[in-house]
Amino acid sequence: MNGPTNKRIEKASTHPSQNEGLIFEKSSPGKRAFELPPLDVPDANASSALGKHFRADGVSGFPEVSEIEVVRHFTRLSTWNYAIDLGMYPLGSCTMKYNPRVNEFVARLDGIASEHPYQPDELSQGCLKILQLLEKCLLEITGMDAITLQPAAGAQGELTGLLLIRSYLERQGNPRKKVLIPDSAHGTNPATAVIAGYEVENIKSESHGQIDVEKLRDLVTEEVAALMITNPSTLGIFEERIPEIAQILHAKGALLYMDGANMNALTGIARPGDLGVDVMHLNLHKTFSTPHGGGGPGAGPVAMKKILEPFKPVPVLVEKGDGKLALDSNRPDSIGKVRAFTGNFGVLVRALAYILAYGSGVRQATEDAVLNANYIRKGLEGVYDLPYSLPSLHEVVFSDAIQKRNGGVNTMDIAKRLIDYGFHPYTTAFPLIVPGALMIEPTESESKEECDLFIQAMKSIAEEAAQDPEFVKHAPHTTRVSRLDEVTAARKPILRWNPAGASKAAR
Amino acid sequence: MRYLPKSPAERREMLSAIGANSIDELFECIPERYRLREALKLPGPFSEAEVIDYFKKRASENSVGYTSFLGAGVYNHLRSVITDTILLRGEFLTSYTPYQAEITQGTLQAIFEFQTLMCQLTGQEVANASMYDGSTATTEAALMAERLTGRRRVLVAKSLHPEYRDVLKSYAKHSGLLVEEIPYAASGMVDSKSLHAALKDDVAAVIVQSPNFFGVIEDVAEDADAVHAAGALLVVAVTEGVSLGALKPPVEADIVAMEGQSFGLAPSYGGPFVGVLASREKFVRQQHIRREKATSNICTNQALCALAATVHLTLLGKEGLREMAHQNLSKARFALSELEKIPGVKRKFDSPFFNEFTIDLPRSARIVNAELLKEKIVGPLSLGSLYPELTKTALVCVTETTSRAEIEQFAGALRRALEKPL
Repeated sequence: MNGPTNKRIEKASTHPSQNEGLIFEKSSPGKRAFELPPLDVPDANASSALGKHFRADGVSGFPEVSEIEVVRHFTRLSTWNYAIDLGMYPLGSCTMKYNPRVNEFVARLDGIASEHPYQPDELSQGCLKILQLLEKCLLEITGMDAITLQPAAGAQGELTGLLLIRSYLERQGNPRKKVLIPDSAHGTNPATAVIAGYEVENIKSESHGQIDVEKLRDLVTEEVAALMITNPSTLGIFEERIPEIAQILHAKGALLYMDGANMNALTGIARPGDLGVDVMHLNLHKTFSTPHGGGGPGAGPVAMKKILEPFKPVPVLVEKGDGKLALDSNRPDSIGKVRAFTGNFGVLVRALAYILAYGSGVRQATEDAVLNANYIRKGLEGVYDLPYSLPSLHEVVFSDAIQKRNGGVNTMDIAKRLIDYGFHPYTTAFPLIVPGALMIEPTESESKEECDLFIQAMKSIAEEAAQDPEFVKHAPHTTRVSRLDEVTAARKPILRWNPAGASKAAR
Repeated sequence: MRYLPKSPAERREMLSAIGANSIDELFECIPERYRLREALKLPGPFSEAEVIDYFKKRASENSVGYTSFLGAGVYNHLRSVITDTILLRGEFLTSYTPYQAEITQGTLQAIFEFQTLMCQLTGQEVANASMYDGSTATTEAALMAERLTGRRRVLVAKSLHPEYRDVLKSYAKHSGLLVEEIPYAASGMVDSKSLHAALKDDVAAVIVQSPNFFGVIEDVAEDADAVHAAGALLVVAVTEGVSLGALKPPVEADIVAMEGQSFGLAPSYGGPFVGVLASREKFVRQQHIRREKATSNICTNQALCALAATVHLTLLGKEGLREMAHQNLSKARFALSELEKIPGVKRKFDSPFFNEFTIDLPRSARIVNAELLKEKIVGPLSLGSLYPELTKTALVCVTETTSRAEIEQFAGALRRALEKPL
């Protein structure tokens, strides 16, 4: 290998590079990986039972392989992934923390995983108690008055929150027109506002990266339904004037929505409910440790103040006079449903298991997360440009200004080189208000040793970027595939395997 | 705390490296009067054994020991231990959304295989990487049809899952989409007369489910001609994916929205499941790069559930799925024949079905179910609360997991329940 060699890499193991084709290519008629118990009722004549609807030939193209081939195939594929279980995953805003295995165990228990959402409430008291306890815990953590556990993800939580606001304002006589969103917000915020029927007005941050409160005062009119704020912001900075921001909105009859993506900085320390927030969502797959699983499932409960409670999605968990729990769908003011059934129950189980393991000690997790972020900030200050110098909470955002100036290496190059050092990249190019952002969120799950290795790796890459920028620009060098052409992939996607070999999409 | 990898000495060392005297200093950016002085009132901390004990107690308060005849969008099917073995590999379980393609090729290839399997099942040209569930996939299909046609009315069969209709209405309410329901005919299928009458040139999509909420297989091919003649798109929703092992795929549909729970995912009291969106290739396009111009606010998919479906369907393979579907077909027919022997029990709709069917009872299905519960049977879904005209109708689901003995016990218990004086 030319250029700075990889001998400085202290942590990484070589990325597995064994070949593995598509499962469809291993198929051969007659192989089986699954057998059913024999049929114990008379064999139906499918052709006469289904008539013209009968699929006589089965699903064409479906694989025919044996059990060992299935196990090997997916095990090999798994080795091509990076994962929290392999090392630090400093993706800012994503809160990639340890996913406790006991959570997986309890979510799969017979009596938990086996339960049907339409079974009678009297046979679901266990499930309902789980939901009730999780509701209580999340209300205690957020300082809010009421909560719905139905939304399947953070973005669906955002939508639920805005629909609650909309229904509330409609009840006041006018749903209003606009939702204000800071330029540092998550991309889902503006998309959500539009789907809830609102126009989006962006607010520019002031020079320290905080909401410009004076400007906000001018922007908040009777047309504004809500402000969607992320606190701490995506810069990892606490919005110091949030109580004042809430007052400005409330004075004009507008509400304050908080994107709870960064609750890992506040849990046990401060409560959005005390800060004047009217409604917020939580990402259970971030703060409450449910596994990301390569992109879901998540869960996005929405906590709210009393004024929004009548509009909660149905069904609503209620406690009856005899102490039994029940699901109540008779709520005339409800916004309806955002997802079928009772939400991602299995995810909710895992989140409760996480909370029970910590109890009030969850504050220590928050403290360690903030400690790690500040330790990394201290370690890399001066090596990388820090565009906003206000104190960091759970994450720190650098920029690639220094590296770009001395050799043209950008945040994406540095991120890709980090892969060679055995780390997952940080979040690149976000938040949008920082050109060339390096957004780093270590979470509480990293030891001092892992943080030190990360700092060393980042320093080493900074040196490489100065000495041999081309080498960094072509990273990663140790993975089984090198940097991919994402633009062409998005423009000319091949979305499936085709038996003929030549995909139609490729043409 | 066992999840936190730091000793007190290491914490002190790190604080001193930062130049802070105490951890509280790092939180001084939060105005003091908003900082909590007291510990949160949360149960715990619990050891691993205590956590397990808590959930085992809750599990024992649920339906363990009961036999269920519920389906209605959530199905009990055999699942191989292999699926969970793969899912629990940390490389899949604890990986993020595959934004860094170089180190997520495993997840990406699995999704590619998922998309291929979904195309093969549904007969569509392309499929996406998954949605939250069947209800949200159906909603996205409607929104997609609105954009593709530039029209705002959506006709929805009343035999589409009631909760799917509810979710669609929540999303449609503020995006200017008009949702109109089309009644079902005496056959249990969508009423083609009403459908034809409503099919004007402002209709973006017609949404039917097959097998529909009553278990009845819709005549998708016939619906498609009328829908296309009006310039609208046909969306076919599928809640029971296993049916596609025995049923012709809805190739005439423009968009298929499917719930994939039947493919290796536990009922889990309603989720997490996996939605599938499959369609014609010409509808594929890139999401708008401007955030407020985005057409969906969905950020991630249900990758791990999609992986479960991929592993499960790979295990089943062509023959396994065919056999599973065939067993469902056979058992449901056996159950119907046993139930029809009971005086007063009649099949509601005389149309082809897969593993669910509706029966009319001589008295309220809700009251009958209360009797069945006493014999440890979770009876078929009473339709009265969802369809006020169907208080005496129940939706029976029988899958390959229901044994002949259980079906016979159910028939016996139902007979006894109906013999009881009111």
